[in-house]
This record gives sequence, C-alpha cells and structure tokens, in this order.
Amino acid sequence: MSANANASIVHARRLSKAYGPVKALDDVSFEIESGRIVGLIGPNGAGKTTALKAILGLTDFEGELSVLGFDPRTQRAELMEQVCFIADVAVLPRWIKVSEAIEFVAGVHPRFSPDKCNAFLAHTKIQPSMRVRELSKGMIVQLHLALVMAIDARLLVLDEPTLGLDILYRKSFYESLLSDYFDENKTIIVTTHQVEEIEHILTDLVFIRDGKIALSATMDEVGERYAEVMVNPDKAADARALKPLNERQIFGKSIFLFDGIERARLAALGELHKPSVADLFVATMKGTYA
Amino acid sequence: MNNIPLLLKREYWEHRGGFLWTPFWMTASILIFTLLGIVSAEVLGSNAHVHVGFSLDELRNNISANDLAQAGNALDMAQLVFGGLACVGLFFVLFFYLLGALYDDRRDRSVLFWKSLPVSDTATVVSKALSAMLVAPVIAFAIATAAYVVFLVLIVLWAGAHGLNAFPAVFAAHPLGMLGRLVLTVPINAMWALPAIGWLLFWSAYVRSKPFLWAVLIPFFALIANWWLGKLGAPHFAGDLNLAAILGRLLFSIAPGSWMGSSGAGILGNHVRMGLDNDHVVSSLDPSHVYSLLAEPNIWIGAVAGVALLVGAIWFRQRRIETAS
Repeated sequence: MSANANASIVHARRLSKAYGPVKALDDVSFEIESGRIVGLIGPNGAGKTTALKAILGLTDFEGELSVLGFDPRTQRAELMEQVCFIADVAVLPRWIKVSEAIEFVAGVHPRFSPDKCNAFLAHTKIQPSMRVRELSKGMIVQLHLALVMAIDARLLVLDEPTLGLDILYRKSFYESLLSDYFDENKTIIVTTHQVEEIEHILTDLVFIRDGKIALSATMDEVGERYAEVMVNPDKAADARALKPLNERQIFGKSIFLFDGIERARLAALGELHKPSVADLFVATMKGTYA
Repeated sequence: MNNIPLLLKREYWEHRGGFLWTPFWMTASILIFTLLGIVSAEVLGSNAHVHVGFSLDELRNNISANDLAQAGNALDMAQLVFGGLACVGLFFVLFFYLLGALYDDRRDRSVLFWKSLPVSDTATVVSKALSAMLVAPVIAFAIATAAYVVFLVLIVLWAGAHGLNAFPAVFAAHPLGMLGRLVLTVPINAMWALPAIGWLLFWSAYVRSKPFLWAVLIPFFALIANWWLGKLGAPHFAGDLNLAAILGRLLFSIAPGSWMGSSGAGILGNHVRMGLDNDHVVSSLDPSHVYSLLAEPNIWIGAVAGVALLVGAIWFRQRRIETAS
C-alpha cells in the first residue's frame, strides 16, 4: 500500500464472482501499484483469468473495482485507451492482414504509433501483406506484441501470453518486453504456468487459489520471508520441529522451505538458499487437486 | 462513435468475399451468359431465343426496326435484371453476415482482441448494422452498374458487327434515371430491413452456439404454435396481425425491395411475374411510390422493433464472450 493514492493502478475491494456453485473469485481484495510487474500465479481454475477479465471489463462481478480510476464494467472503451491486453496466442483474427491490423489499431487508438510498430516488425520475418492465418504461432505473438508495445499504455495485462510457443519465442517475448517497453510509468500484470521463466522479471507476486489470494508480496518481501535450507539427515528432526512449509529429498539430503523463521536459526541447520517461485508455489498449493 | 468509418472499413476487409465478390460474380454470370448467347446466336442463326432476363433477339429486332423506345425499354429492363440479381446475392450475403457478425469472433476468440481496443460495444454493433444497411447495398449496386456498362458495350459491339447502330437505342434508355431509382431504394430498403437486421444481430450476440437454428427455428415454432392455437380455437394471431408476415419480416426483410410485395420474395418475384412489363417495375421504383411507404405504420413499427433488438444485441455484446465450443 502506498501513501500516494494516485500510484494505485488497480484497486479491488471484496471482489466475488461465481460460475454456478464454483466461486472463481471469493471476496478478494488487492492493490496493484504503478511501475510494478506483478505475477499472478495459480493452478488451473484458481480464478486468475476471472480476475484479469474483471480488470479488463470482460465480465460482471460483485464488489468494488477501479482500474486507473475507471469502472471496467461501464467504461471499458475509455479504459482501453490506457490498458493493453494479450490474452493468448490465438486471439488475433485469422483473416486480417498485418497492414490492416496496423491501420485499424492506429485508427482507433490515440496512443498507438505505427512507426514504432513497424520498427518492431522490421526485426521479424513478418511482412505487411501477410494474413494472420499465414503466420506461425510464434509470429502471431510477435505481431501482437509489436502492436501492443507501440501503444503508450499505462497497464499491460498478459494472460498466458506465451502458451504453446517454443523457448526461443518465449525468451525473446519477455526480453523485448523488458528492454523495449517497460518503464516506471508502466505496470504489467502477467499470468503464466511457466513461472521459472518470469520470476527474474517480477517485482510482485500474487498466488491465487480457489478464488482467494494465498500470497501477495513483493519479491523482496518474499526473499526476506521465505528461505530454503538444505539439511543433512542428522538435523532433519530439528528442522521439522520448526514447522516447514514443505520438505523434499535430494541426494540423500532434505530440503526444507520455511516461512518467517530467523535466518540465524536456519543457518545452524544447513546451507541457506533463496527459494524459487516455482518451489514456493508448489509448497503453497499443496493439496489443490486432492 | 467517431471510429465508425474505420469500423465500416474493418467489416469490408473481413467480408470482401460477400460484399464485393458475390455481386461481382453474380452480375458477371449474366455477362458470361450474354456472351454465350451472342456466340450461339451467331453460330445457330437468329433463332437462338437467347433470354437473359429479356430477349436478345427481340432487342436486336427492335434496333433493326428502329423501334428505339422499345429497345430503350429493353435495355432499362436489362439494367434492372443486373440490379435485381445483385440484390438476390445481397440477401444471402447479408443473412449469413448478420448471423455471424457478433458470433464468429466469439467462437474463434478474436473478440478478445477487438475488446482490447478502445471501441465501444455500441459502436461495434452499429457498424455492423450500417454495413448491412448501406455499405453492402451500395457496393452491390455499384458493381451491378459497372456490369451493366460492360453489357452495353457488348450490345453496341454486337449490333455494330451486324451493321446496326445501337447508340440511338442506348440513348433512348435511361441508365442514370434507373440508377438513381435503384440508389434511392437503398434508404427505404435499410429502414424496412431493420427488424431483420436487429433480429439476426440479436441472436448473433446472444447465443452460445448455432445462431442459425435459434434465429430460424424460433419463428418457425411460433408459427406452428400459433396455427395449433387457432385450431384449438384459442386466442392467436390472425387477420391483420398475420404472424407469418410478421415473422417473415424478421427473417426476409433484408431482401432489397421486399417491401414491394406483401410476401418476402419481393423484387425478384415481381420481376418473374411481370416479365417484360417494365412499366410496372419502373413505376413501382418511382421515388414517389417508394417513399409513400413511409406513410404506412408498418415500416415504422418494424423500425422501432429493429432498434429495440439492436439495443438487446448491444447489451449482450457487452456481457457475453464465451461460446459453447
């Protein structure tokens, strides 16, 4: 929470959304500040996409939500002048030509720069006369990214943007995003299952499970709070006494994940590591599908 | 709403096949038949009885007999055939265009891309209705006119090959007047078609699957239910409130000129029935006749219903993204 209320890009209070008996969002409150890259991570069906859809004005919900000061339910068109959105690879219309897509976005979007877009596309094999249906999955996402990066928007929402792409496209996707797009005036919210690939770019982490926020913290806080210790078998019992979140075995040693235990006590047990987001996620989500 | 010109362009990009190429090939087919007719008339002598909406032989006889008024009328009729054929194509194009307009992008999920841009759902729906009301008909009439010009060139060349001068016949025809009359039907067609445009767009925005079945089967079952209620002697639509006519309006009023007859078949049915009685067709296209339709409550009630359905389509466009598949 920032003292400066203007710095808050997304302000959500007690959001709920149910699909029949299933609560996709269950009384969720959160705050997203300007200049952050927030990873929204959760198992399938946890409510990530519903949260993003609510932010983008694509679904009804209960509760209070303001995005850049707009109510997404009633002001989607105005909101979309400031917000960009890549759902996944398959949403560009297959019939459209690259040149038509650029002309259309340039015509409807006051903050779009065709020159910038063409400059991005110059680094790819995409030609203006090509239709989307002629492009590979990787090229479609390059095109979508070029369109989006040429828009000077304040919030970029990415929902599984690299699903089904090979690792070369995935790497270059996040690299261009960081080097050519992101700055302190922009905010990015991203969901993905490939947590390892984005954890180094995140500033904030939100875990969502069964429609509730399971964890919401900055990456710095995560680093302070959580620690992984590699413990020899003789000290394993001492480690278990400290109530670890998780325990796994590797090369005859146990690796324990702790939440909020003093560093000094942990250091006595064995070698300390910063846990990966993926390991933290697995520990937090234990029993989700049981 | 200031995006509307670009949104109309977008519709044209997506539906070039229906808006441009369908009328192109339909009118081109008459030109091809005309050419085949001329060739076979040349090969088989003058008794070929080639009839492409009107008789080529008769036209040539009129020209050679210097009966210019008749020849001019025959050419006017030919122009109507070009326009009428484009209208037949337009009906099918518009029917499937409107059913898919708010459904296809939901099915292939590209709606998520369109909705990521600062375009209001109202502007989107309005652009689709305007494409059906104005853009597609104007393109169709433009192509029909171009095809008619090519046709005139063919006729002049053909007559010239027989040492006849067809230009007096061409000057006796009224191409600009006919074109004006056809173009002047566009606004009336559009207003008359509003209930069908609203009906088809409504189901397109509403359904999770199979918009065609919903849009067509609901009127069909309503008709059966009404007939059954009538058989039982229960209250039902009858007399002035002819349900078949009302439901026909919902489905078929996008056929240009369908206001001409009480049945949906409209301009083409009239053509077939009237044959070369072009005075009748031409007089029914007379602007004073066409616009007298505005004095009837029928067209206004339909327009109000159509606008209400469009509002419903906008409401669902704002809320419904997923489809069943």
